[in-house]
Amino acid sequence: MACEEWIGKIDLYLDGELAAVEANAVGIHLRGCTACAAQTLERVQMKRAMHFAGKRYDPSPHLRNKIAKSIGAKSRPAFGWWKLGTVAAIILLVASGVLYSYFGRENARQQRVYSELADLHVTTLASSAPVDVVSSDRHTVKPWFQGKVPFTFNLPELQVSEFHLLGGRVTYLEQTPGAHLIYQVRKHEVSVFIFPERSGVSLPAGRKNELTFNVETWTQNGLRYFVVGDASPDDIQALSKLLQNAG
Amino acid sequence: MEVPDQHLSAAAFEDLAMPLFDQLYNFARWLTQDTAEAEDLVQETYAKALRGFSSFQAGTNFRAWMYRILRNSFLSSRTGLKITVALDPDNEEHILPAETTTPESILLDQGDRAMVRQSLVELPLHFREILLLCDVEEMSYQEISETLSIPAGTVMSRLFRARKALRELLRKKIQGERHGL
Repeated sequence: MACEEWIGKIDLYLDGELAAVEANAVGIHLRGCTACAAQTLERVQMKRAMHFAGKRYDPSPHLRNKIAKSIGAKSRPAFGWWKLGTVAAIILLVASGVLYSYFGRENARQQRVYSELADLHVTTLASSAPVDVVSSDRHTVKPWFQGKVPFTFNLPELQVSEFHLLGGRVTYLEQTPGAHLIYQVRKHEVSVFIFPERSGVSLPAGRKNELTFNVETWTQNGLRYFVVGDASPDDIQALSKLLQNAG
Repeated sequence: MEVPDQHLSAAAFEDLAMPLFDQLYNFARWLTQDTAEAEDLVQETYAKALRGFSSFQAGTNFRAWMYRILRNSFLSSRTGLKITVALDPDNEEHILPAETTTPESILLDQGDRAMVRQSLVELPLHFREILLLCDVEEMSYQEISETLSIPAGTVMSRLFRARKALRELLRKKIQGERHGL
């Protein structure tokens, strides 16, 4: 298939509108075609920029209360003991609906965070300049972030490990600035993302497999760490341990 | 005496509709470009939706239904009518900018969001709304099709042209900045 035909599928691929087999075929092509990968990178950036730019306006609490009151007032019948059973059933229904809705939203939000991290990892590695500070020396990389991110962090000593620090850059997650470090283990590149915990990126600690990437996350000293890459789960865990011990 | 059906329906409506409040307001604000109008539009949407909730078919997409009510209310408002006069959204190649996007010209990061927002405001309504539904609300093409009442194929082609137009607007702005305009 010519590149023009693949490029015609990129938007559908990024919008999640391709069937699994077709999406897989596009993924394989992108890994081997730098021209199409560059197009994809541009469109991912555009989609991400649109996503954040479009979430701009928050309603006032006054409007929320007004609407909730207007629809709630009509929905609530006058209370009577004889209705207790029915009311209890309604409360149970609403509560389960609210809980379901809350957990559904929370799951969706967590999924969005992980997807965004996977995107950041892929688009950074596909970039011609993946890091802004190029150094294997943690004493060069860590000070570079001073004044660029609103926190500080420690990086591990790697001399006795198989990991190599390639450098770092400033990144953003849910509009919060953070540090993005790139390590190499054998031929795999692994991203380490660090954000302030207060940024609202609250997720349960643990391991996950996201879009075939292995991910480990935890909080430490008020910071949220993510380690993301296609390296083995053991390597991801080993790098996580090194970071935890340094922190 | 049993609890009348409309009371159960109203409770269910509240449960389904209030979680959509923030996103509906954001969408309304982008459509109207005015806070007071957006607030009126959201209120009107909730009032109409509550009144028509009995006609909502269980098992169909409630979110798309709410967005459709909001959008139709907007289109029939004074501002909406002004914007949409004499436009055939799917047959207007003549107003589209040329396709000359260069990927390297679009390096979008935090600092460029204002530029993206401004470009979004400048896009024709039918491009702005479909980009918001797809990239901000993360609706599937099927949901967008239901919301805008257009076939899925039209969703695809309109999205393609909306993105092309947005890229072109951004390219011009970036070039303008480089030349100090």
